[in-house]
Amino acid sequence: MDRFTRTPIAEQDPQVRSTNFAEVCLGYTEEEAMREAKRCLHCKDPLCRPGCPVSIDIPGFIKHIADGNFADAAHVLAEYSALPAVCGRVCPQEDQCEKTCILGRKGEAIAIGKLERFAADWARVHGIEVGKTKPSNGHRVAVIGSGPAGITCAGELAKEGYDVTIFEALHEPGGVLVYGIPEFRLPKETVVKPEVENLMKLGVKIETNVIVGRTITVDQIFDEGFEAVFIGSGAGLPMFMGIPGENLNGVFSANEFLTRNNLMKAFREEFDTPIKVGNKVAIIGGGNVAMDAARTAKRLGAESYIIYRRTEAELPARVEEVHHAMAEGIIFEFLTNPVEILGNENGWVSGIKCVRMELGEPDASGRRRPQVVEGSEFEIEVDTVIMALGTSPNPLIASTTEGLEVNARKCIVADEHGQTTREGVFAGGDAVTGSATVILAMGAGKDAAKGIDKYIKEKYANN
Amino acid sequence: MQLYKIVEKEVLAPNIYSMQILAPRVAKSAKPGQFVIIISDEKGERVPLTICDYDEEKGTVQIVLQAMGSSTKKIVALEEGDYLKDFVGPLGVPSEFVNEDIEELKKRRMLFVAGGVGAAPVYPQVKWLHERGVEVDVIMGAKNKELVILEDQLKSVAGNLYVATDDGSYGFHGLVTNYIEELVNNQGKEYDICVAIGPMIMMKFVALTTKKLNIPTVVSLNPIMVDGTGMCGACRVTVGNETKFACVDGPEFDGHLVDFDEALKRQGQYKSEEIKKEQACHIGEGGK
Repeated sequence: MDRFTRTPIAEQDPQVRSTNFAEVCLGYTEEEAMREAKRCLHCKDPLCRPGCPVSIDIPGFIKHIADGNFADAAHVLAEYSALPAVCGRVCPQEDQCEKTCILGRKGEAIAIGKLERFAADWARVHGIEVGKTKPSNGHRVAVIGSGPAGITCAGELAKEGYDVTIFEALHEPGGVLVYGIPEFRLPKETVVKPEVENLMKLGVKIETNVIVGRTITVDQIFDEGFEAVFIGSGAGLPMFMGIPGENLNGVFSANEFLTRNNLMKAFREEFDTPIKVGNKVAIIGGGNVAMDAARTAKRLGAESYIIYRRTEAELPARVEEVHHAMAEGIIFEFLTNPVEILGNENGWVSGIKCVRMELGEPDASGRRRPQVVEGSEFEIEVDTVIMALGTSPNPLIASTTEGLEVNARKCIVADEHGQTTREGVFAGGDAVTGSATVILAMGAGKDAAKGIDKYIKEKYANN
Repeated sequence: MQLYKIVEKEVLAPNIYSMQILAPRVAKSAKPGQFVIIISDEKGERVPLTICDYDEEKGTVQIVLQAMGSSTKKIVALEEGDYLKDFVGPLGVPSEFVNEDIEELKKRRMLFVAGGVGAAPVYPQVKWLHERGVEVDVIMGAKNKELVILEDQLKSVAGNLYVATDDGSYGFHGLVTNYIEELVNNQGKEYDICVAIGPMIMMKFVALTTKKLNIPTVVSLNPIMVDGTGMCGACRVTVGNETKFACVDGPEFDGHLVDFDEALKRQGQYKSEEIKKEQACHIGEGGK
């Protein structure tokens, strides 16, 4: 066995997959998973584990896979994560657990994410029940938002015996897993839905169509008998550039484009929600959302361009996603920045005026600051522009909850246990950090669950 | 008790329906000026609709809708006792007067202008004011007599109710803008503020008229939206050179600052896609 080379994983052919919405990565077979798991050195002091925001016992679950005990592997994962099939697919493992894997020093790190996904998928397909809950303790906790932070917080509390209700603003639970990440990276029916159902099996109730701040307020939630509230409302507001022509017909936020396609299933003919893709699409931005939008547009039949102001090395998107996008024929325009969106006489996009950039001195983020190359203006002919510039938290909950402090970026202020400036109110995930990753939100949800447990137990002990 | 039951359905005019929907949380928190989003079935769109009335005790919310596209047609095809798949709200910011001093409001001479199904969202505003002793004038306009809706309800809460029809088949012969000019220029009426709700094109022309007459004007916009919570930005509208999201910053804005020409163009953004979808649906039906 070559210990330093990763077991290859099957993927749909790029030519084929760029015309469908089925999952790109096909996952390991049992034999492949065991072969990959056997590469693990089972370090006494594993370097992978501290790299995981939810501290999964990585060598532990990998050992079970190596031994062919797949159900046991799933049980280990369930102790630490409510969403292993999701995390195995969308976590940036290359920057976390796999980054610190000792094998990576001489060869390729263990494919921890792919193995996590394998174990979670195997358990689901084989109907293995994983969640165990303590007897009910009679305390009620409300969770706002059913994205990664909310699901994790709710799951952890339910396992501790709490009576948990999630309030979700949209009509489907899952948050960004449902409206943001496309089907070809994260299948909804086969992966997301079962993970939400697992949560309900733990006794968590989900009330959809409740917008906290409009339908009910945080104060009314307390009036209904809940003893603590966790806010995991995410970062849902799209940013725009503030350049001329942004309100022309054919300019969309990535949020709108992806929500229409993913949540509302516009790509399927039998669903009513329309989507507009045009023939040639420019996606502005270089994160995972930009890759998702570009690859979605491609699948809907358009020629897709990614316009990014720095170089390939600075792309914030996962390397795997960038490679997938390139293989599918997405065209990248690096060191390019839009300055104006051009329109025709009917108010529709006809092109985008850009400037070339060059990298200057490093800025506060440590990345070299892009600067405009004088006199480099040029136009690209497109009929659709999608803005994927990031998102910021929705101010609705903070503005309707007295005593809940937010910072200058409209993020809710919370400590490492999720405690906000208002008693009994906890928060975590993108609502606190601004847009980040699924796993960081899960980590915050988990920490807040501990904070809530401690808060309620102490309060109860004092009464 | 299953939510979102259609407890009452009524035909108000050809193709215009009123429905009472069981939605206790929305009924309890709704205020004048706000709206809801409804989904008819698994495959349906999120359709934004204005709230016509709400009854906290019964836990019901009244909506009024005109069957236009395939989604609204699906909704009006549902009968009493059926259920909507989803019903979420109240969305948007309530009308500004809701937070104002009642005594101040009583001194204000207010004119409401309702065009077509715009009578539905005007009703809860006028009713709210009437219940607090504030009497206001209302102009309601429709294409013809048949399409005049909610006349009795509005009459019971308005100070003066003026009806106009485009073809003169009922009430004043002319457009609502003609009626505004008639009241102000010929009948000596004076107004401190105008609230206009109706089709985008009507609101545009009301705003132009009231601008000439120097009457500050509030309009309630109904652009394309998906989630209605500020997430998608489809409802972007330019107000006084600033981009606003109608769903969370509105739906009510200063009518003299709204860029109506842009708003009208944006409303048609998905027309061709909707037609494609509809045709695809019918092709599917034919193949069954």
